[in-house]
Amino acid sequence: MLLIILILVPIIGGLVSFLTKNNSQLPALGTSLITLVATLFGAFTYYNGHAPIAIDASWIPSLGANFALNINSGLQVLMLTLTAIIFPLVYLFMHGNELENKSTFYGLMSLAQAGLIGVFLANDALVFYIFWELALIPVYFLSSLFGGENRIKVTFKFFVYTFVGSLLLLVAFLIIYNHTTDHSFAWTSFVESGKSMSGSMQNWMFWLVFLAFAIKMPMFPFHTWQPDAYEQSATPVTIVLSAIMVKMGLFAVIKWLLPVLPLGVLHWTHLVTILSIIGIIYASCLAIVQTNIKRLIAYSSIAHIGLMIATLFAQNQLGTQGVAIQMFNHGINIMGLWLLVLAIEKRLGTQNLNEMGGLAKLAPKFTIALVLISLANIALPLTNGFIGEFMMFNGLFQSTSQYHIVFTIIAGLGVILAAVYTLGMIQKIAFGELKNNEVVFADLSTNEWIVLMIIMGIILWLGFCPNVLMSLVS
Amino acid sequence: MNAIVVSALLGVVMMFAGLLFKNSKQVQWTALIGIFILMGVSIFDNQLISTQGSKSYFNMIELTSFTSWFNVLITFCATSYFLLFHKQIAGVGINKAEYFALMFFILSGVYLLSSYSNLLILFIGIEILSIPQYILAGSDKENVKSTEASLKYFLMGSFSTGILLMGITLLYGATGSFDIMSNQFTTQFTQVNSMSSLAIVGILLMVVSFGFKVSAAPMHFWTPDVYDGTPTAFTPFMATIVKVSVFVAFIRLFHFSFGSVSHAWQITIVSMIALTLLIGNVTAVYQTSVKRMMAYSSIAQAGFMLFAIFAINATSWKGITLYSVTYTLASLGVFAVLIKMKDYTFDGFNGLAKKQPVLAITATICLFSLAGIPLTGGFFAKYYVLMAAVEQGTMLWIVVFAVLMAAISVYYYFRVIMSMYFKQGEAELIEEATTIEKTLLIINATIIIALGILPSVLMR
Repeated sequence: MLLIILILVPIIGGLVSFLTKNNSQLPALGTSLITLVATLFGAFTYYNGHAPIAIDASWIPSLGANFALNINSGLQVLMLTLTAIIFPLVYLFMHGNELENKSTFYGLMSLAQAGLIGVFLANDALVFYIFWELALIPVYFLSSLFGGENRIKVTFKFFVYTFVGSLLLLVAFLIIYNHTTDHSFAWTSFVESGKSMSGSMQNWMFWLVFLAFAIKMPMFPFHTWQPDAYEQSATPVTIVLSAIMVKMGLFAVIKWLLPVLPLGVLHWTHLVTILSIIGIIYASCLAIVQTNIKRLIAYSSIAHIGLMIATLFAQNQLGTQGVAIQMFNHGINIMGLWLLVLAIEKRLGTQNLNEMGGLAKLAPKFTIALVLISLANIALPLTNGFIGEFMMFNGLFQSTSQYHIVFTIIAGLGVILAAVYTLGMIQKIAFGELKNNEVVFADLSTNEWIVLMIIMGIILWLGFCPNVLMSLVS
Repeated sequence: MNAIVVSALLGVVMMFAGLLFKNSKQVQWTALIGIFILMGVSIFDNQLISTQGSKSYFNMIELTSFTSWFNVLITFCATSYFLLFHKQIAGVGINKAEYFALMFFILSGVYLLSSYSNLLILFIGIEILSIPQYILAGSDKENVKSTEASLKYFLMGSFSTGILLMGITLLYGATGSFDIMSNQFTTQFTQVNSMSSLAIVGILLMVVSFGFKVSAAPMHFWTPDVYDGTPTAFTPFMATIVKVSVFVAFIRLFHFSFGSVSHAWQITIVSMIALTLLIGNVTAVYQTSVKRMMAYSSIAQAGFMLFAIFAINATSWKGITLYSVTYTLASLGVFAVLIKMKDYTFDGFNGLAKKQPVLAITATICLFSLAGIPLTGGFFAKYYVLMAAVEQGTMLWIVVFAVLMAAISVYYYFRVIMSMYFKQGEAELIEEATTIEKTLLIINATIIIALGILPSVLMR
């Protein structure tokens, strides 16, 4: 029942938002808060008893497809909590922002939330696939309707990229399904069916499955849609894209690839690791030279995700736990950064770093938030980013590959580069001379400050007591 | 069986209605009542078969539970078509009643094609199906393009009928029988090695002529011009109901009679699938008119339906059923919006969402279904035909190729959506949609979504 509520409540919120003329943020905000409460309830139930919560109802019996949802891993709890936290915070932060087509915006946002929750809950391949696609549709409309000048073209590129991946995933699922002994889409049947495939079959099946996830995450060299899409989408939509949708890809690798095609994964581990490490360095270098703040954060996101992929494919427990923790923390941190970008956009009307500067004098609250969240983003100790990154490097180092030292060292360079571009960003935004004296940069308003306080609270709390996360994923 | 008789009779009734009624409204009402009667009759037929079991008539026609169920579905689609388009059909020219009469005759051909068990009935069915279409294509006499479409369709169509006849002749020569269900016929097709060369050439000729009728490449050249030139009120009928019923005739012959020798002709079908998907999708991308895009899209969709023929197993029957219905309803939905537009180009749709939200959202759902997005019937339709291909186990590359082509199809379907929702413009309509029309479109879209959630309701 709880799981049904989690999906149904945002859908209802979305539909109500569509129908309201004014104040359409209220149904969206209300339902997202209900979802948050329900998620936290589910999280505590799971946390206290480690008892799985599941429903499994027959859906299309002739296919062996069940409407099966469950929560039975710490990773799922983390992802659901992340989703549940982000939406109300974004709504709250946007309170007071002028927006055209308000009802469409909030309606689509709520529908996107429902789709995302479905992806994290699904325990049946067909249900998973359908939610995987469904999460994309509202986001496609959101990005195309709200954002920069080139948004329609850029968003369409994003859509086509991910759709190609999804279709190949569908073929892979059909083949795995056809290979199951009991003709079922259940996760357990898929794991058994995939494992029983011959090595050579798993080798090419791997790409049919992995391509969809690699595009979504995105992994170098399938990332080309990402900086454009992040830049052109309206910033609240970018938050959905980068804080949650990207995690769908990682989540799917952990749940639907690593256990299902173990031999295929083993065969391609080196290639994927090398690609993701190239991605870390490449994206970090590009981030350093960006002048557009949204593109800078987009590239930093590719670099962070690259490390997570490399660690996942190292396939050891510590690393995988680190990835799970980092997926959550990265979501929180990057949301904080995007919200700050949103605040800048609202006040200065620019994304160009060279037109900013000296904001520290005008807006101390804003600067505090900027510095703290940026430091969390480069994983300074005592912020939430540290523990996950530490575990990931540890895991990468312990990988069984003979090149594990090389991998770790090169990936470690990414941390240094991250410091370069992040500190450079802080400097350009907050310090130095005021570039534009005519614009009055008002400090954060109350609702914005509250949201950022909550985010900073989470950052520090998890930085000081990472045990909460550790015990959830172990 | 009753449906065949009643549809032919209704055709005659409609011709007399043209003499009796001078008022266009009265003609339309007669046609609507007629199609509802036909719907009732086909449901009655279905009940009869499901209680009494399969029935054969003179070894010419055999009604099975699948056939009668398919007849119900196709009549349902025809009913939706009549409801959505009756005003436009009557508005094409002066011979209002005759257009409806011709369509009832076509439906009679459709029923023959879904239930034939004799090659002669197949031939008669194809002819009954085709000849009224030649007339319908040319019914807008003021328009040169319509005349061109009619002539082109007639020449190409009669050519392909000739090939069909040749195929039937050769098959008769090889087996000495027209009855595709008889032992005498089927024993000739148990093993590839023991087949006579007459039989092999016969089968290939049948593939070619069926390919012609379902507009599979490389026999597709007539399609865009004919669909584009034909009055927009008739195009959806030709592109959907007629096409899917030919598919059922196709799979019927190839499953029941040539199923065991599939190795002999599978490679031909696979090459046809690859070509059809490639040409249909890639050419559709370059169109500027939505109507012509829909013509190419119908070629591309035929490529997917061919998977059912390629696979020849139980799943492919499910696939063809679901595909027929979802493809038909979705195309009807798109055409119903298209026919309201003043300008058929993509730019003509600019800004439609603001002015006509109902038309825009229903067209979007239909386009989603055509593109195969989940939670629309089109997703499961594609799912089942691809599943059929995966199940039969060989040549999996064609499945991968097909989904890549489906990704291309997103490009041109979404161009319409982008025009409607994201571009600024003043989409102009010929006439405002009435409340009834809007309601029908919403019901149509709802059915498509319902099929996307529970596709199994269509399976028998």
